[in-house]
Amino acid sequence: MQILQLKETLPFMNFRKGAMIFSLLLMLSAIVSLSTNKLSLGLDFTGGTLIEVGFDQAADLKKIRALMDGNGFSDAKVQFYGSSRDVVIRLGQREDVKAEMLGNEILSVLQTGTGQNVDMRRIEFVGASVGDELMEQGGLAMLTALICILIYVAFRFEWRFAVGSVIALFHDVLLTIGLFSLLGLEFDLTVLAAILAVIGYSLNDTIVVSDRIRENFRKIREGGPAEIINISLTQTLSRTFITSITTLLVLAALFFRGGELIHGFATALLFGVFVGTYSSIYVASAVALALGISKESLIPEVIEVEGADQEQLTP
Amino acid sequence: MLNKYPLWKSLMVLFIVAFGALYAIPNLYGESPAVQVSGLRGVEADAATLDNIKAQLSAGNIAFSNIALEKGQVLTRFTNTEQQIKARDLLDDTLGDKFSVALNLTPNTPSWLAGIGGTPMKLGLDLSGGVSFLIEVNMRAAIVKAQDAMVGDFRTDLRGEKIRYRSVKKVDEAINIQFRNAESMDAANSFLKKRYRDYLVTDNDDTLVLSITMTEQKIKQLRNYALEQNITIIRNRVNELGVAEPLVQRQGKKHIVIELPGVQDTATAKEILSATATIEFRLVDTEGDIGSAIDGRVPASSELYYERDGKPVLLKKRVMLTGDHIVDAGSSFDEFSRPQVNIDLDSAGGSKISNTTKSNIGKPMATVFIEYKATDRKDAEGNTIFEKKEEVISVATIQSRLGKSFRITGAGSQAEAHNLAILLRAGALVAPIQIVEERTVGPTLGAENVQLGFEAIMMGFGLVFIFMMIYYRAFGVVANLALGANLVLIIGIMSLFPGATLTLPGMAGIVLTVGMAVDANVLIFERIREEIRAGKTIQQAIHQGYEAAFSTIIDANITTLIAATILFAIGTGPIKGFAITLSIGILTSMFTAVVGTRMVVNAVWGGKRLDKLPI
Repeated sequence: MQILQLKETLPFMNFRKGAMIFSLLLMLSAIVSLSTNKLSLGLDFTGGTLIEVGFDQAADLKKIRALMDGNGFSDAKVQFYGSSRDVVIRLGQREDVKAEMLGNEILSVLQTGTGQNVDMRRIEFVGASVGDELMEQGGLAMLTALICILIYVAFRFEWRFAVGSVIALFHDVLLTIGLFSLLGLEFDLTVLAAILAVIGYSLNDTIVVSDRIRENFRKIREGGPAEIINISLTQTLSRTFITSITTLLVLAALFFRGGELIHGFATALLFGVFVGTYSSIYVASAVALALGISKESLIPEVIEVEGADQEQLTP
Repeated sequence: MLNKYPLWKSLMVLFIVAFGALYAIPNLYGESPAVQVSGLRGVEADAATLDNIKAQLSAGNIAFSNIALEKGQVLTRFTNTEQQIKARDLLDDTLGDKFSVALNLTPNTPSWLAGIGGTPMKLGLDLSGGVSFLIEVNMRAAIVKAQDAMVGDFRTDLRGEKIRYRSVKKVDEAINIQFRNAESMDAANSFLKKRYRDYLVTDNDDTLVLSITMTEQKIKQLRNYALEQNITIIRNRVNELGVAEPLVQRQGKKHIVIELPGVQDTATAKEILSATATIEFRLVDTEGDIGSAIDGRVPASSELYYERDGKPVLLKKRVMLTGDHIVDAGSSFDEFSRPQVNIDLDSAGGSKISNTTKSNIGKPMATVFIEYKATDRKDAEGNTIFEKKEEVISVATIQSRLGKSFRITGAGSQAEAHNLAILLRAGALVAPIQIVEERTVGPTLGAENVQLGFEAIMMGFGLVFIFMMIYYRAFGVVANLALGANLVLIIGIMSLFPGATLTLPGMAGIVLTVGMAVDANVLIFERIREEIRAGKTIQQAIHQGYEAAFSTIIDANITTLIAATILFAIGTGPIKGFAITLSIGILTSMFTAVVGTRMVVNAVWGGKRLDKLPI
């Protein structure tokens, strides 16, 4: 079976100006959303307390809110989590001496207040200092990953590809974070992990394309750089397509079957696969082209020294 | 001939997959509820304990399926949790406080598999349920405490050397000593430099001030010491909690991770972790009659205590010294290579003990360890009641007037001396601790997560299977075989490595690997199709397809591996689990997708004349 049967080379690079503007607009809106909407950071980063409880019957949020208010937790945010029997209560950072005991307190308040059998599903408490540190570490990790990848790709391919792929990765990360900001989805540690996985996936794609471009620069004699990039993209398009499908299939399984805790992770990756595929064509390749990638930069020069192949006579 | 694998290569592939399958098998056998009995504070469970437990269980009419003594612990397996709980309650009551009784789930791995090191995968707390704490050691307090001790030490030293000074004060990071004249400052300068090599001494001739700071190395040493000490103490306390497989581990420069699988009552756990222990030195009352004291007639100035082994001992009420004066304690050997415990006190403690011991030479001195332990009982307001537990951990004769540092000899074996040193240090925590992160997962959520993760893996797998079979026909089946082998290898390797833990994000990592692992095969198959279209012979196309795709696959996977490694370095708990499964998945998928599929392709289609390929 064959989904894409391409006889002709698709002129990808002809649209690169338009795509560049499109990408820039997207990135700009991501930045705007990040500065106005901000990122709704999860407990991992902000610190605070989270309690997830399960009830036998559908929970009455109003009653729970009243209970929280009545017991001195007026800042509590009460929400359903996944189903109407699961409730999540979030509390912000507190100055109390025994902040780590809050979770247990709320649990007993719920138990006595609702008269229902309350099942403790999850308590998380994160101190403020931990959140700050994590923020720092997370940012640092992202940066280290990008730099390491830059070095590896520059070493294996060429600096123009390296710059192209790192810009593509930056593009993907920014857009994914922007999406989370725009939709107001919670950004926690698993989402950060998903973003690093997006980096992995997007890079995978970029490398496959770059590899083919390098190969074709060496193999095909005619045609300018843009033409050769078009040929390479067309040749790899079928593979790009199939791999995206299989990855999307498993991500769909995660999204629909993986449960609430994995939802953010799956969302980030689902989106990441799309932008990652797009960016390896229109960001990584286009940037490498704009930086002036050419036959000469990819074929190692052989310096011939006159008389090097002559037999030598030594006295 | 093109596309033929030598026999050894095919055998190697089969062997590796079989090896992975062998170590993946233990995961199929489930677990049974068990009760684990282990000794506390150096006591080991032995054959007598085993017999005792057997007798208790049969007396209590509780049936068990298996009982065994392993590594100083008695493990009793039951067929259902009801009997397990009953047995736990019974044993907890009857075995006394020398043993900890914990609920456990033990794998039903057959003995032949266990014999070659086969165990099921370790589940993370988000799957098994339980609580994890991140504890921060207050390093600032440790340093301030050390500085306070320095102030006292300098005063005593200068007075001892008869060097006159005006004041010794703590100023920010430094200790400043103000002198009246340059001579005494110079004398102090050369004296202190000689005596304290890990401090930096700088003098100022104009103001007549000596400024002393700790070297970077000294501060580092201090921090390390504070962390190590806290870890030791926490480990001791955790062992008494009666948790089956606790984990206490250092993380970074000032954090300690504690994982307690299966623990639901986090309130008690927290109270125990933040409980305090102290040490007291007291004189032994040698005149009082111990026999009548046991009967209740204790002399007015004394109190009755018990040693570890239950031996009664009468101690004077007056406390000679409390543990907060202890700066350090460690074990070593004396000149006759007998184990000894060295104790260092701060200067105030030194002069105190010196005063009290000078008139008591030749008399025995006892060390009392006091700990506040949480009990099962609660008071009217629902707070856990703490029980003060006092225990005499050592009785030694005062040989001479003691000073700032002294030693206890005759503490028994080297292990006992070491233990005593730890307990002594526990009485003087150099740095307070604080719980900065807590994650508790209830058993229902844990079980649900396992179920969801399993379903997601199966569904993702199924979808990719069907797709590949439709799209690549026979070659799709080969890719699917590789995918199956890949899953088996991931599980086998995860089970084999003791450090690898399966978490919910880790399961997501497996699902993701499934999706991305087929990428290598897609690359190869697409290449083969291209080569066929370009007019190559079938055999050449297969050969070229694998050759050309190989370097791409390597490059693509190495870069993903870089991202996974960084994730592993920064992540904790569940995220680390994700990084581990992702890394293992990348490595195994390269093997199965490149070498594994080639073996099958070569065996089925290689080395013959073919006009068409089912791809």
